[in-house]
Amino acid sequence: MSLIVHRIGPACTIQDQGRQGYLDQGLSRSGAADLLALFEGAALLGQSPTLAALEMAGMGGEFEASQDTAIALTGAPMQASIDGSAIAWNASHQLLKGQRLSLGAVLKGGYGYLHLAGGIDTPVVLGSRAVHVTAKVGQGVQVGDTLPAGADTARTGMKLTPAPRLTGGTLRIVPSFQTALFAQETLDRFEAIEFTRGPRANRMGMQMETAGEGFAAAGQLNILSEVITQGDIQMTGTGNPFILLPECQTTGGYPRIGTVLPCDLPRAAQTPAGAPVRFQFVTLEDAATAQASFVKELTKLPGKVEPLIRDPHDIPDLLSYQLISGMISASDTPPTQET
Amino acid sequence: MPHAPQPSDSYPLVRNVGLDGMLVSFADTMTEPSNRAALAFRGALEAARWDGVIETSTSLASAYVRFDPLQIPHADIATRLNVLLATCDWYAEALPTGRKLWRVPTVYGTDLAPQLEDAAAAAGLSASDAITRLAASRVRVLTIGFAPGQPYLGPLGPEFNIPRLQELNPMVPEGALVLAISQFVLFSGPTPTGWRHVGQTAFRCFRPEMAQSFALNPGDEMMFEPITKSELDQIRANNADGTGGATCEEITT
Repeated sequence: MSLIVHRIGPACTIQDQGRQGYLDQGLSRSGAADLLALFEGAALLGQSPTLAALEMAGMGGEFEASQDTAIALTGAPMQASIDGSAIAWNASHQLLKGQRLSLGAVLKGGYGYLHLAGGIDTPVVLGSRAVHVTAKVGQGVQVGDTLPAGADTARTGMKLTPAPRLTGGTLRIVPSFQTALFAQETLDRFEAIEFTRGPRANRMGMQMETAGEGFAAAGQLNILSEVITQGDIQMTGTGNPFILLPECQTTGGYPRIGTVLPCDLPRAAQTPAGAPVRFQFVTLEDAATAQASFVKELTKLPGKVEPLIRDPHDIPDLLSYQLISGMISASDTPPTQET
Repeated sequence: MPHAPQPSDSYPLVRNVGLDGMLVSFADTMTEPSNRAALAFRGALEAARWDGVIETSTSLASAYVRFDPLQIPHADIATRLNVLLATCDWYAEALPTGRKLWRVPTVYGTDLAPQLEDAAAAAGLSASDAITRLAASRVRVLTIGFAPGQPYLGPLGPEFNIPRLQELNPMVPEGALVLAISQFVLFSGPTPTGWRHVGQTAFRCFRPEMAQSFALNPGDEMMFEPITKSELDQIRANNADGTGGATCEEITT
């Protein structure tokens, strides 16, 4: 089974949880910008969260099934339909041979995810299927590509209520080894003001904007290039913060004021341009507790999946049924889960 | 209220990198002993194989360990790192074993590496004198970073402690040997850079399509031996393995 790509947004890549063990070679982890969305898709299809999915930044695509298969949609919702009939986001659906799945522009948030039965089965490179565009490990999906599925079937007709994370908000950060390079009043101001996600964003990082002055560190231009980790908030030469994301470099010379908790990175990555962001320092102990709680919630996701009851509002051609039969046909009552 | 750690100037320093990393820094500048200490300490971390450690790496003067804080609490890993630090004088430790010496054919100057003369002038040398000195320099892979497989190499002699360019070099090709601050970088892909482009090789540091994707390891040593443009053309015509005519031998010291 595979999906044939007929149309595709400009920044769609295959992602899993990323690769580890290559930091010493200058290769960062890559992996899904919204890790939670990977786990949600896996829960919906009843499969492993280690499988790969299609990450779509801002814009989806049009896909044709070569055989009957199962899909799930998570992360930032997009206009979604199968052969013109609208389908629910945060849900799993059957896609029959020859049917076309059409995913449009993102409605809220940044990154949408398309999951396939058995995961997207592209070759594993250095221990992962995650494309790393900056490092030229793989490349974006192109028109004419096929997305091979790892299995023919998976559970469909399920839905999941996602943890809200698509409109910015407060990001918890821990002090990191360069935090002490910033004056206390700079740290206080950083924590006190509201930022706006700026227009510059990709899988390497996202810009935060504020009207006030920048956030410079002492000796900013003479800092030895040091290790970078995902979630680091890097101050550029002008003192503008960038939150670094899965394709960040492994080392860098700009100072970092703190690091967003891994469990808050899905919210960070999904923040759309113009949305408000605040930063809140927490202790390492509190951060570890928050992360433990997040990991525990991930393991509970499969138990939170529930049948997708067909809502009349989700059936755009409801009126046509009524015109034909004068009432909703017996086969559609009571509402059933999708099959 | 931010909880900023207090600055300290007594190295080595053990500090956290975000929630899931610790950094053991041996200096705030790159020196030969601090780089050697970082490489040796990272070697000891790899040998220790602590449960909960995910991966380790080095930067110019630090060793880094990424771990699962839910498996090893911060206080525990900090204690372990400090205990390991106290076991010896890391600045006096030998470099890790299994290192290699690479000899890479290199065209210095010409239109392939157009900033050799500029770099020589900045170092107060004639072009030919600069080539002689650079070609005789045996440099260490101080760290690998910025791009996959890409080595920072040094230290070169103090005469080559020349600043980065004010204006970025818009693009240097893969295999470019660039120079600043008594270091080389051998670029693993086409990149804009503020470093001066002094040599050109056909050596590919990162070969994602091959079984051995990364050519170099931190601690390896390299020499860049002068060849002519026509010799480089011949090497490029037969460079399926990406080594660019380089030879490699084990360092046995």
